[in-house]
Amino acid sequence: MAFTAPKETYSGKVYPVTIGTGDKAVTFGGENVLPFHSFEGITPSRPVIAIEIQDVPPADWPDTVRKPYDAVSSDPVTWAKFCQDELKAKALALRLVGTHPDRENRSPADAVKTVKDVLAAVQVPLIILGSNHAEKDTSVLVAVAEAAKDKNCIIGKAQEANYKTIAAASMANNHKLIAMSELDINLSKQLNILITQMGFDKEKIITDPMCSALGYGIEYTYSVMERIRLAALTQNDVTMQQPLLGDVGMYVWKIKEASAPEADLPQWGALEERGIAWEAETATALLIAGAGLLIMRHPRAIKEVENLIDELV
Amino acid sequence: MLIIGEKLSIIAKRVREAMMKKDKGPIQEIATRQWKEGSGVIDANIGPAEDGGEELMQWMVTTIQEVVPLPVCLDTTNFKAIEAGLKVHNNQWGKPMINSTSNDPERFPILELGVKYNSDVIGLTVGKGGLPADAEERAHIAAEIMGRAMEYGLPLDNLYLDPLVLQIATSQDHARHVISAVKMFREMNEPPMKTVVGLSNISNGCPKTLRPILNKYFFVMLLDAGLTAAIADAHEMAEVMRERSIISDVIAGKEIADKQKMTEIRKTLDVIMGRTLYAHSYLEM
Repeated sequence: MAFTAPKETYSGKVYPVTIGTGDKAVTFGGENVLPFHSFEGITPSRPVIAIEIQDVPPADWPDTVRKPYDAVSSDPVTWAKFCQDELKAKALALRLVGTHPDRENRSPADAVKTVKDVLAAVQVPLIILGSNHAEKDTSVLVAVAEAAKDKNCIIGKAQEANYKTIAAASMANNHKLIAMSELDINLSKQLNILITQMGFDKEKIITDPMCSALGYGIEYTYSVMERIRLAALTQNDVTMQQPLLGDVGMYVWKIKEASAPEADLPQWGALEERGIAWEAETATALLIAGAGLLIMRHPRAIKEVENLIDELV
Repeated sequence: MLIIGEKLSIIAKRVREAMMKKDKGPIQEIATRQWKEGSGVIDANIGPAEDGGEELMQWMVTTIQEVVPLPVCLDTTNFKAIEAGLKVHNNQWGKPMINSTSNDPERFPILELGVKYNSDVIGLTVGKGGLPADAEERAHIAAEIMGRAMEYGLPLDNLYLDPLVLQIATSQDHARHVISAVKMFREMNEPPMKTVVGLSNISNGCPKTLRPILNKYFFVMLLDAGLTAAIADAHEMAEVMRERSIISDVIAGKEIADKQKMTEIRKTLDVIMGRTLYAHSYLEM
């Protein structure tokens, strides 16, 4: 008797989300199976990796990941063009970290100029991120959402403390929205409910359950992502069917494993390889857990993960 | 069903202040109200009570029993405070209750007090290793506690097994494990073991309007599972008893006339049984 592989069937489906405009628009999500289970159902899109750039030079990034961008990162526009044209980025994530009150404290008007300049210079879809300062993000993200009107960007991140204004601005200017909660599946669901209760389309939300690097609590992120996917697919929970974001680079490139010199810790191996592997491994774990959108930094880590996706889809 | 009135807890600000000032008024008022509402035992939760615990517990027991003809549940981790309370407890109103022993060796001596003062003892099914993962682990710990009780000479009839209710907002899966555990505990002896829960912990951390809803329907599910006793709000539980038949109808899958109520019950059951993921606004979805 011929062997028949057992197959699961699911009652739910992840919403497909398209970002950007024209030829360069990309879509992720849309599957009705667990990650990469294409043998069980439909997986219309592959996960998308957005390359992270910043509004200010990445002085705080470790050497390994700063080096590939040394020639371009003094200006967000040249940085963006480099990622699009040389690294063939499918999407960019512009983090307005310079607006943070403890950093350069750039104004919403400064942020608007950066966003407009970058949008004018590249054609790939743009994810626009605040500095993760709940109060400042409110003014910054409202201004940039308006500046990017109809460009079909992702605005982020809306959190419990500030979701109302950010969601409203995102809705008014036809963007998608990242809803972030802190490693708590119940609060993640609650935030999605609150945002949709404002009239925001539930199919335009991207859920960020909060990332963590390998060795620094990734099992929590993994578990929350996995449970969100199971609720979406097996319980057909419409508040949990949004694609998931893994904001990987930011979490990986601040841990000591990504920057501790070989001279101090020879047993940890080559510094450059270590950091790149760390980012690629973290991203891979989250892909397997269900992330449909990743934000990453190092070109080689990104290439490794793209190769892996090629093999898995 | 035995209701152990939960309102005299150090966690409540008014009660804590009365305890500190040794002001009998609020304590006696709350105890009396719980008695009138149908409590069969009054819980006196004085917290860890490391300083002056003995004196405080004695004051609580006598203050309560001055006005209410009920036994008291002595609720503290302070062994000496429990013994002090047992010494002054008026057994004319019924056997005192101790909250609690567990599978943690530090809590075994509580069983000696249960034997010495012929009191009921709550056996919380946790060990030293942290929270039990599921119903089976709870049953395993329950068996250990039962064995320990027999070893110390406490009749199993004096033991109430507590499966440990956790917050649904953060530990949703445990709600259904607790229901299964109550069924399993009952089957562990003949006549069935007595069971008790700290009911309102299920809704701890939930919005205020949601708390009585979760408490009530969870309670009915536990009643259906054979629960013997609950540390709970007697007022809320009296409401449940009035609504019990319609709640049971919905649990059994029947339609009831009040469609809004039916939806509320069904959504809550789905959350308790883990069929829908909990969120504070689950009733609005």
